Amino acid sequence: MEQLTIADRSFSSRLMVGTGKYSTPQIMIDAIRASGAEMVTVAVRRVDISNPERDAILCTISPEEFTLLPNTAGCYSAEEAIRFARLGRAASMSEWVKLEVIGDQETLLPDTEGLLEATKVLVDEGFVVLAYTNDDLVTALRLEDAGAAAVMPLASPIGSGLGLLNPLNIGLIKARLTVPVIVDAGVGTASDACATMEQGVDGILMNTALAEAKDPVQMATAMRLAVDAGRFAYLSGRMAKREWAVPSSPLQGIPG
Amino acid sequence: MAHPIDIQLNGELCHVAMGTSMVMLLRQLELDERSVVVELNRKIIRRTEMESLFLKKGDSIELVHFVGGG
Repeated sequence: MEQLTIADRSFSSRLMVGTGKYSTPQIMIDAIRASGAEMVTVAVRRVDISNPERDAILCTISPEEFTLLPNTAGCYSAEEAIRFARLGRAASMSEWVKLEVIGDQETLLPDTEGLLEATKVLVDEGFVVLAYTNDDLVTALRLEDAGAAAVMPLASPIGSGLGLLNPLNIGLIKARLTVPVIVDAGVGTASDACATMEQGVDGILMNTALAEAKDPVQMATAMRLAVDAGRFAYLSGRMAKREWAVPSSPLQGIPG
Repeated sequence: MAHPIDIQLNGELCHVAMGTSMVMLLRQLELDERSVVVELNRKIIRRTEMESLFLKKGDSIELVHFVGGG
């Protein structure tokens, strides 16, 4: 399969995964390896001073093995997100950031105004911005204009597992943007991932679907296959839908 | 502690001796400066600056690192 290129980096895998909410570090690393993902997201948080190694993700995830993508999760304003992006850059020594500006605590839906503002500032500072947004075409176009390296519309709210709620909007965004479109959030199971990739998007980022599966490692395998299956199906060009049946076997030569 | 000064460390009030540098603080906390990012009064501090940076009363320090996230 052709590589996915974002900014100046190319990836063999079109699946990116988060590192949150796993029951143990071992299950996390096994699941991430099974997923085939090359890029993983991480969050910036305070060190627990009484136990500095607690929660330290770099004890489990090696930056030599995976490309780290720091996120700005938990930020509710452009200013906060910019601050978190800079902290992430200092910790990862890379300009890549998954930019989130959340607008509502209940739904975790994005504050698109704050997101655009933060994107402009960070792009000016040399960041490679992957912008988490809703499934709105106009916002996606504005993020691209603002210099986002990739636009990441949601399939459904973060952690909901509701799957692809608006395939039409996701397809529209993909059709109109030049930069890669990575669907981020909401994928719950393999069929969701496959259906999402069938819209022609460039990749998927997921976390909870793996971390909260009963068997995260097996689900990671399922997701890897589903992302590939959806991509191959999209590239193949599906048959036209009809509202009537057409037999697949010859009508002639049926024994009397 | 001789001449303790009050600082905020990850949101908690904390006392350090006057003349404590950022490097000394990290050593006292047994933190490896390569594994944490230090923010002093909302400004990220480079490792090379830490030796000569002495803490002042009222300084607000955030020590952060990467944790799991989506």
